[in-house]
Amino acid sequence: MVRLKGSTQAYKLWMALTGLFLCVFLVIHVLGNLQLFLPAEQAREQFNWYSRLLSGNILIMLISYVLYFSILAHVFYAIVLTLKKKKANGAAYAYDRRANVSPWYSRNMGLLGTIILLFLIIHLKDFWYQYKFGELPLDSQGQKDLYQIVITTYRQFWYVLVYELGLLALGFHLLHGFFSAARTLGLYHPKYVRIMKVFGWGYTVLIIAGFMAMPVYIYLMT
Amino acid sequence: MKLNLKIWRQEHSEAKGSLVNYQLDGVTTHMSFLEMLDMLNETLIQKGERVIEFDHDCREGICGQCGLMINGRAHGPLKHTTTCQLHMRSFKDGDTVYIEPFRANAFRVLKDLKIDRSSFDRIIKAGGYISASTGQAPEANSIPIGHEQAEAAFDAAACIGCGACVATCKNSSAALFTAAKAVHLAILPQGQIESAGRVLAMVDKMDEEGFGHCSNTEACEVECPQGISVLHIAELNFRYHKSRLLKK
Repeated sequence: MVRLKGSTQAYKLWMALTGLFLCVFLVIHVLGNLQLFLPAEQAREQFNWYSRLLSGNILIMLISYVLYFSILAHVFYAIVLTLKKKKANGAAYAYDRRANVSPWYSRNMGLLGTIILLFLIIHLKDFWYQYKFGELPLDSQGQKDLYQIVITTYRQFWYVLVYELGLLALGFHLLHGFFSAARTLGLYHPKYVRIMKVFGWGYTVLIIAGFMAMPVYIYLMT
Repeated sequence: MKLNLKIWRQEHSEAKGSLVNYQLDGVTTHMSFLEMLDMLNETLIQKGERVIEFDHDCREGICGQCGLMINGRAHGPLKHTTTCQLHMRSFKDGDTVYIEPFRANAFRVLKDLKIDRSSFDRIIKAGGYISASTGQAPEANSIPIGHEQAEAAFDAAACIGCGACVATCKNSSAALFTAAKAVHLAILPQGQIESAGRVLAMVDKMDEEGFGHCSNTEACEVECPQGISVLHIAELNFRYHKSRLLKK
């Protein structure tokens, strides 16, 4: 195997920093998506305007490159650390009940991350790829009608199900990831650790509830 | 009571080991876990078989020598307990008990349940000390240290180096051990002077010895006989990053 330059601490730092950047991105993403909850006609115009605004802005474009980089780096260092862990573990226990003393999601970040990655591929293919490279109908304002794509997608029950499951995986990943990143960066003062834990929970619940409500709302309302 | 024991037997560090079944009758609830193993060993001696080797020393829960994986948990089913302080009242008649050595690539199995934890010693050697001229113990009150600061240092210094944190960690990380040893010195005035270099040296040594990374599952704090807080790991991270940034 290629020996990577850098310490485990450096890999962990990359995981934490890229992870936290992705956390910030999710806030913007969920806030933007709230426009889908507007009355149908207004939502169409508003949402398509917003999509065009994002795709046409050079600043957003630059940030999107940081975003792509963050996702790739997060996945890359996750693989590096997993390989390192495999080597560090050595022989397996014949009888293993170690999982009893820590939350299951904290022990399965790799599995949750893989589910999220698969979900992300589906998600990007549905909307991001469609918007950038697909043939989209135009709305009354002459804007690409991404709203229509969203509506059509979420009218299918199994699609809604895939999204809800993907978001649940994301929720558990965030629940551990957010606070773990803070620890990795070195937040150790008990008072702020407590605040961060509550903040992390609140953040996760709000973000995931927001995302999960969208497909269900569209499935039921249209 | 009668127990079905499944114990890891291995001739030497290069040999292939396996779990071996033993039946042990007459175990009482007052026995410690190690006394139960002593009893089993006596029956093996009487039968002319090789005894089961395991680490132990003080049997008072303070030396950090004993350490077994008992039914898939480091030091057995109780929290914050050493193997020697685990008693047979935690088990029932007819129970099957799996006994394995602490496992990690950095902990070599020497024989049966006995492991080589000298990787811990090498982490300490990398910086877990204060450079000072030796001689008479200095007057304890010549350097004033506040009560809270002294207690905080003691909380970290309580680590007995048993290795349960590594054994229970899904990544075989020695972060809790290294954090306890580095932080306890860093928060005392005597240790502050060399703190930056010490933290870097100890963490890098931990890497070099082949321990894994910390993913903050916090399992180590639960199994630690001294209940050393995982916040020490966060403090170690903080001090490591700071020292790395400020290193000339």
